[in-house]
Amino acid sequence: MTFMEIQKILKNKTVGIAGCGGLGSNCAVALARVGVGTLIIADFDKIEESNLNRQYYFYDQIGLPKSETLKENIKRINPKVNVINHQVFVDEKNIPVIFKDCDIIVEAFDKVEAKEMIIKTVNKVFPDKYLVCGIGMAGWGQNALIREQRFGKLIICGDGINEISDSNPPLAPRVGIVSNMQANIVLELLLKNN
Amino acid sequence: MQITLNNKIEVFPNETLTIKEILELKKFTYPKLIVKLNDVIIEKEDFESTFLKEGDNLIILHLLAGG
Repeated sequence: MTFMEIQKILKNKTVGIAGCGGLGSNCAVALARVGVGTLIIADFDKIEESNLNRQYYFYDQIGLPKSETLKENIKRINPKVNVINHQVFVDEKNIPVIFKDCDIIVEAFDKVEAKEMIIKTVNKVFPDKYLVCGIGMAGWGQNALIREQRFGKLIICGDGINEISDSNPPLAPRVGIVSNMQANIVLELLLKNN
Repeated sequence: MQITLNNKIEVFPNETLTIKEILELKKFTYPKLIVKLNDVIIEKEDFESTFLKEGDNLIILHLLAGG
């Protein structure tokens, strides 16, 4: 497929991204660059200086709300993308509303409780939608441990081993790899059957 | 008993097995797990009372913080 043919397919697609941190901001930017028509992004948080070691924000955006700021950054990269942002705490009550029109949902939270919540909620309310999760991306090196696992509509990217801690922080390279792996799976699924 | 665990065929000598026993046998020790049996999510409180059958498709995922 040429890039023009790819863009023609993607412009009619909608992808939801739950969380606009390290995984969500980088995944959203990758999908915006290739021309996904609509991105629905959601996060309650504000940008902190400590986020800039991996998240797609700039120093002069510290203190701003993540979902609105990510929308602005995406618009500067590809103004043709329709970005719908929700500056809210994503939970089991609003997921059925926020992500109902999405072809695919990307899990991009940092906390395990939130990852558990979205896997269970999507399994219950959207059993036919793909959910692409990121699990295990802390630290550095160990490229070869990062992989994808597919369990029906639930797809997991990451090493499945490295949890964040003070001595094993999330950093741009590995978080970038996993978030782009998520975007790559989304792209594969969207371009399949077309 | 033969089941599929995380996309791999596994054979256990046991005649009966609960999810709790599989977790112990396979050393899934992290505090947060997602367990799906034949596409149905099984909650933690049901691990001990849920028995596996021959040919079941079981998924056990460790959840790790970070993103």
